[in-house]
This record gives sequence, structure tokens and C-alpha cells, in this order.
Amino acid sequence: MAYKLRIKFNKYAHMIFIGHLDLMRYFQKAMRRGGVDISYSEGFSPHQIMSFAQPLGVGIYSDGEYMDISVNSLTSEQQLKDALNGVMSEGVDILSVKLLADKTPNSMASVVAASYFVAFREGYEPDFDLAKAAADFYAQDKIMIEKETKKGTRTLDLKEHIYSFSYDPDKNSLYMLLDASSGGNIKPSLVMEQLYREQGRELGEFDLIVTREDMFALKDPDKPGVFISLGEIGDSY
Amino acid sequence: MRKLALRDEILLKVEKPARYIGGEIGSIQKNMDQVSIRFAMCFPDVYEIGMSHLGIQILYDMLNRMDDVWCERVYSPWTDLDEIMRKENIPLFALESQEPVRGFDFLGITLQYEMCYTNILQVLDLAGIPLLSTERGCDDPIVIGGGPCSYNPEPIADFFDLFYIGEGENRYGELLTLYRKFRGIAEDGRGHFSERKNEWDREGFLREAAKIPGIYAPSLYDVSYGEDGCIASFTPKYDDIPAVIEKEMVEDLDSSPYPTAPVVPFIRVTQDRMTLEIMRGCIRGCRFCQAGQLYKPLRERSTQVLKKYARELMKNTGHEEISLSSLSSSDYTGLPELLDFLMEECGRQKVNIALPSLRIDAFSLDVMNKVQDVKKSSLTFAPEAGTQRMRNVINKGLTQEDIEGGAREAFLGGWNKVKLYFMLGLPGETTEDIQGIAHLANDIAKLYYDTVPKEERKGKIQITVSTSFFVPKPFTPFQWAPMDRPEMFTQKAAICKEEIRAQLNQKSIKYNWHDADTSIMEGVFARGDRRLCKVILRAYEAGCFYDAWTEYYKHDVWMQCFEEEGIDPYFYTERERTKEEILPWDFISCKVSRSFLWREWEKSKCEEVSTNCREGCQGCGMAAYGLGICPKRK
Ligand code: SF4
Repeated sequence: MAYKLRIKFNKYAHMIFIGHLDLMRYFQKAMRRGGVDISYSEGFSPHQIMSFAQPLGVGIYSDGEYMDISVNSLTSEQQLKDALNGVMSEGVDILSVKLLADKTPNSMASVVAASYFVAFREGYEPDFDLAKAAADFYAQDKIMIEKETKKGTRTLDLKEHIYSFSYDPDKNSLYMLLDASSGGNIKPSLVMEQLYREQGRELGEFDLIVTREDMFALKDPDKPGVFISLGEIGDSY
Repeated sequence: MRKLALRDEILLKVEKPARYIGGEIGSIQKNMDQVSIRFAMCFPDVYEIGMSHLGIQILYDMLNRMDDVWCERVYSPWTDLDEIMRKENIPLFALESQEPVRGFDFLGITLQYEMCYTNILQVLDLAGIPLLSTERGCDDPIVIGGGPCSYNPEPIADFFDLFYIGEGENRYGELLTLYRKFRGIAEDGRGHFSERKNEWDREGFLREAAKIPGIYAPSLYDVSYGEDGCIASFTPKYDDIPAVIEKEMVEDLDSSPYPTAPVVPFIRVTQDRMTLEIMRGCIRGCRFCQAGQLYKPLRERSTQVLKKYARELMKNTGHEEISLSSLSSSDYTGLPELLDFLMEECGRQKVNIALPSLRIDAFSLDVMNKVQDVKKSSLTFAPEAGTQRMRNVINKGLTQEDIEGGAREAFLGGWNKVKLYFMLGLPGETTEDIQGIAHLANDIAKLYYDTVPKEERKGKIQITVSTSFFVPKPFTPFQWAPMDRPEMFTQKAAICKEEIRAQLNQKSIKYNWHDADTSIMEGVFARGDRRLCKVILRAYEAGCFYDAWTEYYKHDVWMQCFEEEGIDPYFYTERERTKEEILPWDFISCKVSRSFLWREWEKSKCEEVSTNCREGCQGCGMAAYGLGICPKRK
């Protein structure tokens, strides 16, 4: 009997420099150190049943990363959290664990949106009125951009992929809820590049401090536009 | 939260930022209030190489077990970061605290291969420590070298304050106590330490340290040279400094510390696994092998202790693979028991076993069959030479019958990939010996087709022949031997290649050979003397570093530096030394007697073999210490 669990974690401090593949290896080792009864695939070199909602770019912080694992036996949410937090490096904390129903699609397949906070690195703040620029930017009916893809460039209306966009004057930062579906995944830097372009500026490579705040699935597969956090799916146990 | 030494912009720009951030599982943080000595332990190569080295993990663990010592790690910044650090004047830092190495008490540098010598200078330079020992002052760390290359430390003598000769477990306690005394560091009885004195007698410390067994302070010795360019005398400057420095060795491995919670890197490193050091030393006595002499006598760890370590390692690291470390694992007496245990334990925990190169026989094939995918794995043989005559010269006790016997059994078991390792340029090598490599490879291919009936063959036989060029090393019977010139090496590789191509089964044989230029340079440094320090310094200043990486090795620059310093590199490689010549490393004793080595050199010329320590003691001089295998062999 296998159980599906969804684990929510964050990423900060030096761990933001650890890329996706290395983070996977890190968690595989952590499962062993923590004595988690994780399920393995069959075959000559068995691997842990573990999948991640979406890779996070190097240098990006997160308060809402997800991975789904399969375990052979259930203890409790608290026990698993403690076991893993006891073997974490600084820079990753296990935030919550949920037991998923068998038919729940895994996080990788169900993620459709992600929210981000975008702040500015000290000394790299924009030299234009960000509040006004943000308001003007989002007030447009269409935001046409050229997006580089593997098959060349294509034109796309960015506006369709931005579900929410606001400016926080206290922190001089932006909040954005963006399309994260496999077909239309939008990175916050792409949005910011266009915003800068409209101000006649060019976004620098190191200007932004980006934090992924959370990731979302559709609350009801038939109702586009209504989201639920990946961390709210499933039950406590 | 630790503050990183490098700004985000830099970390996001360089390749593999995880090389520089520290914070790995198993890395040690300490409270500075309770630390009296800060030790930076450096492997002068890139992180992925340095992190794979067991010796560093042993010392890191041992030093950090001392409550008031904080040992941190330092590696060579890769070329991309090196450039940024120089441009922006960022001092080299240690990974744990991210603080500059210059402020440490000690900088320990492990010397695993000669081609890392310019990287030592890179590390010192980036740290802001004067490159020459004589130019260092009270606020510079004590720079101490150790590891196999410290058995001939002379080519890098000017860059070090001290060398530690032998196994690191023994004398650091004493050395650090002496240091505390000289720096006026005292404990207040409640675990806090007084400030170290800023003005202190650094020279006096080096002189006292030189009296600790195993410690060599190069600045306290004078060398003079004769007209022939050889060393005329090598003497301590003071009467109370020993003329001969004996290597340190661990008496009982079971009771010496072992890192069962080593640092677990975030990124993939060269040896990305748990390591169990099952024994030290080797019984075999191959005449080209330096490690075989340096780590004598053979000392085993008990299986009981190893089982305990294996369990702890699995729990503490979470690694998915474990391997055994030793010079010749097949000679470990407890091998069947240990492997049985590991197979069971690892099976349960889904941990792979990476087998060391075992002697291929029924036992090892059975084990390999259980832990590896036969289709993917290959058989490894290291005959080292192509003919029995040459194998007798080097005392490699592996016959063609041994190889064929093992191979036949393996072929029947489904294996069809074979790797063969050889050396070119061995003393007294003839064209037949070189061609013998091709013949041996061909015989093995033929054996496959003779052994395995057509309908049972799972594909063609694949043989990979690799040759490296022989480099004579100190403390081996070949320390007196001449080494080939690069053009001879290239010629020999060509002969080998041609002969392989002339074989019936040539299509099944792939041939790789090692670069000749770096082998020559390795040969120069391996048996060089102090006069080479200035060449190395000059080469570094001319932009040489990462010489161990062929893509960065600049042969022309090196050759030019030799010329500018008026030193002929071939003086160190081409000459056959006489028995009387004072070798640059003669002031060091690895406890194997010089007369034994000479005897072996003479025997090699007569193609005469010697028994291994188990079959019969060769009287190498080690028995006087009554350790390991020796007392059992009289
Ligand atoms: S004294 Fe004899 S048994 Fe001991 S290491 Fe030397 S040759 Fe081997």
C-alpha cells in the first residue's frame, strides 16, 4: 500500500544557489537521513518516487515549493515534518505535509499559476516612478511581446497570462500572479523586462530579487480562473 | 544567517556557485567565543575534486573534534571566479565562516599530485599571504603541507612554513598546543580563551615545531650543490633540529578517528559517495608504486568497526552509494564478511555498492554479479606491462594465466567489456614489451570468441587499452631510474597503437593514451629539488595554474620559465642516479630502508621478482616498528 504525500517547503539563504537537479538529489539524501519510508521504483537501480511541482531558477527565493512523494507507511504530518526538518540544511524548511487522495493529480501536472513578489536589489532600484509605471502597465488591454521559444520567437499577449498585478508602496515591490501552466509558463523577469521597456529602460541581469510566494491549481477543472493553493489540496493526517 | 563572502551578482555569474557557499550537511559551524585556533584546510584544486578526497575529511573531522579548534575548508576558486576575485580584490575565504583565510592561524594544504603546485600559489596569492615563507610575518597564518607529495617537498619548500610527513592523525594535537603557547592563548577555565598575542615569535615557533616528530621546517635546513648539479650536503641549521625526519604512522586504525558524518556536497562531485577505508598500506611491493611504500605496513580495520561506520555513514549522509577504499581491496582479509554485510544492509536501504577494482576471480565475479548490472559493468585488469618479463621487472604479480583465468570465468558469466591498464616507459622497456600490450589485448579478445559460443554471445567483445607514461617516484625502487623524454613517449604510444591495429581482433580494441608533456613535468617535480621553487613561482607569475587540467596546461610557458631560470628540466628526469647520490628527499625516512629499495632496484634489473608481505617478508625495515602485518611475518 502506498500513500501520496505533498510536501511544501521554502528556499532561502545559500540554498537559492542550488539548482533544481541538485535540489532533487539533496531531497533524496534527506529522505534517507530522515528515515522516511519512501517508495522506490522497481528495477535494477531503484529510485525514490518523488516529483516536483516546478523547477525554481537559481537565485530565486521561495515560500511555496512543492514536491509529491509516495510512502509505504503513514506516521503523522508532524512526525514527517520533524523528521525532515531535523536533517535539513539552513535555507530549506518543511512547511507542511498533506495526505493526497489516490486520484489527486500530482503537483507537476496540476500547477497552473504561481504568485511572485518582485523586489529590487539594493542599489539597483528603478529610477522611474514604479507605482505609476505598474498602474499604466497593467491598465493596457493588451501587452504584446515577442517571446523566445525553442522554435524561434512568437508574439504573445502577456496580459492574458497575468492574472493579478499590484504595487506595494511600503516595500516598493510588485506582487504578480502569473500563468504557470505547462503551455504558458511566464517568468516574472519576462513581465518586468516589458515593464522596463515601456519606460524606455532595460532591465539589468541582477536588478530583481524574486520570491515565488505560492503555486496554484484549478479549484475545479471545469472553471478556469478559480485557483486553489497546491498546499490546500489534500488532508491533514 | 551566515553572510556569504561573495555578492549575489557574483554567485549568479559564476559556474556552479555551490562551490563557494558552504553550508552543506556535515559542514561544521562553531561559536567563535569558544574557538582558540582557526584552521583552514585546503585542497588546491576545484571543489568537486577536493571534496572527493577522504584524507581531508579525516583531518577535518579530527580537528573539529577538538572543541576549541575550528577547521574550515578551502578549495581553489575556478578560473572564472579567480578572475573576478583578482579584479575586485576579494580575499580568498573559507567555506564555513566565509571569512578571509588570511586571518586564520593555520593554512593546511594537502599535496596529492605534483601538478597542483601552481594552485598552491594561487591559493596563497588570493588569500593575500606572501608566497614565500621568508616574507611572512606575525599576522600571516602558518602554512603547512601534507599528503603524498610532502615526501619530497623540496620543489615547493620555499612556499611552506612547515610540512607534516606521514599520516595526519598523530601530531596535530601537539603542534596546536605548541602554537597556543607561543601565541599566549590561555583558557579561563570556563571554555573561553584569551586573545592571541599580535607580536609573537614566529621563528621560534617554527624551530620548536621542527622538533616534533614528523614535522619538517624547510627554512631550518641548508642545501649545497656540487659541480655536477647534484646535492652536496643537506643539513639542519641548528644542532637541536633533527637531520632526518621520520614519517608518522597510525598504530591502530580501529582506535583512530574516522569521519562517519562527513560533509555532503550539494553538487555532484567526483566521488559522490560514502567511503569506507578498509585498510592502509599494501602487501604487494610493485616497484613503480609510491603509495605501496609510503603507507607500509599493511594495517587493517576490523570488520566489526567497519560495519558500525557503514551504518553511521548511511544514517548521517543519506548518500545512495558506498565504496571501499584501499590500495588493494582483494587483500583485505575480512572482505567476504564485509561485502555480505554491505549487500544485506545496502539492499535494505537501497544503497548501491561501488566495487573497488577487485582481483577478478570467482569470488569477485559473484559479488559483481549481485551488485552490478553485468550488461553495463566492465572487468578491470591492471597488468601494467605487456610481457611477463616486464611484469617481473616491476614486480607486478599478475600473470597472463591469471588474467585469462579471470576473464574466461567472466565471459561465461555474461561480461563482455574489459578495461586494461598499462604503463609505457618502464625501466629497460623494449619494443617487444610495448608490442606485448597489443598481443595481450588480442589474446583476451580471442579468448572471448573461443570461450563463449556464438549463440550465447551478447554482443561483441569490447576491450579498452589505456596507457599512461611511467613517472619514477621517490621512495620506490625506481627512484634511481631514468625517465623517457616526451618524444620517446609519443613514439612508444605510436608503436603500441600500430601493433594494436595489426592484430586480428583490432576492431574490438580501443586505445587511449595519456598526455606526454604533463607526465614529464610530473617527473620533474616528483624528483626535483629546491631550485625548482623559482621555476614554479615564475610559471605561476606567467599565468600557469590548474596544470592538472590539460586544457589549462601551458607547456610552452613552463619550458620558457625553465630556460629563464637556467634550469634544465631533463636533469631531473633523464639521469640514472648512482647509489651514492644524495637524493633531495633523503632527509626524510618513510621507514622503508634505502638499502631495501636499492636491493629491489637491482633485482628489477635481473628481472627477479620478490614475494609479497604475506608470502614472505622482504625485510624492508618496517618490521622494527612491530605494526600491522609485520609482526606476523618473520
Ligand atoms: S617488514 Fe616485511 S612484512 Fe613488514 S612491510 Fe616490510 S616486507 Fe612487509
